[in-house]
Amino acid sequence: MFDIIGKRKIYYTISAVFIVASIIALFLWGLEFGIDFKGGSILEVAYPGNKRPETNQIIDSLKPLKLNDLRISPVGDNGANFRFKETDEATHQEIIKILGGNIEERRFSSIGPTIGTELKQKSIKAIIIVLFGISLYIAWAFRKVSKPLSSWRYGVATLVALFHDLVIPVGLFAFLGHFYGVEIGTNFIVALLVILGFSVHDTIVVFDRIRENLKRYVSLDFVSLINQSVNETLMRSINTSLTVLLTLLALYVFGGESIRYFVLALMVGIFSGTYSSIFIASPLLASWFKVLNKS
Amino acid sequence: MAPDYSPDKLFKLNAAKKVRLTVFAVFVIAIIAAFFIYPSAWDKAINKINVISPVALPNFIKTPFKLGLDLAGGTRLIYSADVSGVKDQNPASAMSGLRDVIERRVNLFGVSEPVIEVEHSASQWRLIVELAGIKDISQAIALIGETPFLEFKEQRDDTETQKILNEQKAGNKEYLTQDPYFKATNLSGKYIKSAKVEFSQNTYQPEVSVQFDGEGAKIFEELTKNNVGKQLGIYLDGLPISAPVVREPISGGSAVISGKFNIDEAKKLAERLNAGALPVPIRLISQDSVGASLGQNSLDKSVKAGFIGFLAVAIFMILYYRFPGIVAVAALLIYTTLVLALFKLIPVTLTLAGVAGFILSIGMAVDANVLIFERMKEEFRAGKVLSSAIDDGFARAWFSIRDSNISTLITTLVLYYFTTSVVKGFALTLGIGVIMSMFSAIFVTRSFLKIFPVDSLEKLPWLMSVKNLNSKPQT
Repeated sequence: MFDIIGKRKIYYTISAVFIVASIIALFLWGLEFGIDFKGGSILEVAYPGNKRPETNQIIDSLKPLKLNDLRISPVGDNGANFRFKETDEATHQEIIKILGGNIEERRFSSIGPTIGTELKQKSIKAIIIVLFGISLYIAWAFRKVSKPLSSWRYGVATLVALFHDLVIPVGLFAFLGHFYGVEIGTNFIVALLVILGFSVHDTIVVFDRIRENLKRYVSLDFVSLINQSVNETLMRSINTSLTVLLTLLALYVFGGESIRYFVLALMVGIFSGTYSSIFIASPLLASWFKVLNKS
Repeated sequence: MAPDYSPDKLFKLNAAKKVRLTVFAVFVIAIIAAFFIYPSAWDKAINKINVISPVALPNFIKTPFKLGLDLAGGTRLIYSADVSGVKDQNPASAMSGLRDVIERRVNLFGVSEPVIEVEHSASQWRLIVELAGIKDISQAIALIGETPFLEFKEQRDDTETQKILNEQKAGNKEYLTQDPYFKATNLSGKYIKSAKVEFSQNTYQPEVSVQFDGEGAKIFEELTKNNVGKQLGIYLDGLPISAPVVREPISGGSAVISGKFNIDEAKKLAERLNAGALPVPIRLISQDSVGASLGQNSLDKSVKAGFIGFLAVAIFMILYYRFPGIVAVAALLIYTTLVLALFKLIPVTLTLAGVAGFILSIGMAVDANVLIFERMKEEFRAGKVLSSAIDDGFARAWFSIRDSNISTLITTLVLYYFTTSVVKGFALTLGIGVIMSMFSAIFVTRSFLKIFPVDSLEKLPWLMSVKNLNSKPQT
């Protein structure tokens, strides 16, 4: 049996470092919002036969259209990505005409700012409802547990673990956004919500075992009981996350480019979710129990 | 005590007979599902059998997967509608009329299954138009954006009709575009004040009343005076929507169209008349187009990723859990088949994110099995005989499986109800996946494990991936 609870300060420290780094990244750089949130246009085209002109040449040719905030980045060997302020269909057709008739238009999105604002509100609403729903559920699921810690404390420990699992991917994307221009869109919010669900899922399995062992080993002291429960569920936690990470890795390597960062966010979140259910949520219960017993 | 929801108590699957029955049923369903997903396999086999078989066996029903725009290629347009002009009318019914107008226009493009939805959000009315596999987007946008045009036409007299028909038969180009039965009048939608559904005082049948404005009333009176006993054609965007017969000259600008329609038909006609009378201006606020080749590319990549992901999970499970691992992989295969069949059956519109959700659910579906196996190993190590270790493992693991999956289900429900349609696809596939994975763990894995001759496995703890038994089996 591993002494996880005994060494909890080490694990707290590791998490604290990541959380602080994430928060600093978030405040320093903020997040790079994609067009679904702030409005704008994206046009992706492919030039036939690897004949992509120089970026400057393309920018010059599009000058007469006076596109706002035009940025062009190459995609693969023969593609190019154009970003600019949202525009109407007529301008879109003008652009295609200037780029030449033989290009292949892979995708075009133009999103008005109202939709973006609305999406932001919807996302925040969704996250709040999920957090609220899950907290209620945990309080309900553990309502029978009252000794030696009451059920709402399990809920709080789960929420702390959740916070942990959400902050780390957010911090990572603040970093990626600042240094690599990675944008977050609707998919990122979805990833956060899935991480939320998964993280709770993982924590509940451990807490469930504590709940069961409380009945089984009446004589065992609470802290050792937590350690035993964590150890008993350790293989399951690791194996479950491993199978999910395996499928995600397949998606990351072989899946389409447009969902690559979505998958990355999920991978980081699920990894951190597994870590927090083993090394944060349950040890927190032990720490809380010790503090309460001292006073 | 909480009520006992363990599968034992719920389904009473203890008897060996029932286990065999369950396994058999699962196999039959899985095979049907497999043919449902891939009907050409059935057809190929059937074609060979039909050569010698006295009765011709039918081909399997073919239902394609419903692909979202990002996989099939297509355009999604969001319009914001200005309903401030329709004061007397319910905005929802004005939007329904607009939707109908746009649908008729979109159908001209021959797009397969266009999706046109009205959305009311943040005090704004929106119209969402999804066109799959369309080439000329700018033409579609131009056509959708046009103001609807409602006009009234009067019947031509017989000689005129005959003349046009003869000329058309002769191939006279001048007459080809002419309508041989109706001709234009100067009464159009702009003279209509409103149209609404009413019920006849005498017959209690639904009818549509039309109210003209002052000038319109005069034109209408003139028109009806000249056409008593004849049909009056009502055209929206150049296509007929109704052709009532004029019974008598109507003065005062108030007319009633009665006939044998039900409430829905009457409502539709009133909405169409209103759509032409008080056009709701629309403005394109968002456009999202994906080329067909990019869609196909994403689809191919996702399928490949799913396949590799499945393989990786299968290899891991077999290496780590050995015999139960093989059982879990078989269960996972059945799980995948059933879920894919469900996607076709419901049908679920598969988007790129949706496929990702499904692939993610493959990883999560294993979880229930892992929980059960870990429990089983514990019970087995504690010295229980294998058959009761299986039972107890299931019974104990069930609470964890239930509790932990509910949190994921809460997430998918919220995603489904509170977000955009793109996200809905993801939420739906993940949600179906989670529910089906619970089903697969309880019915499939459990029955599979139980149907094998347990006693012979007991002598081979290695197969159960338990290294040593701490104590001898008790009973």
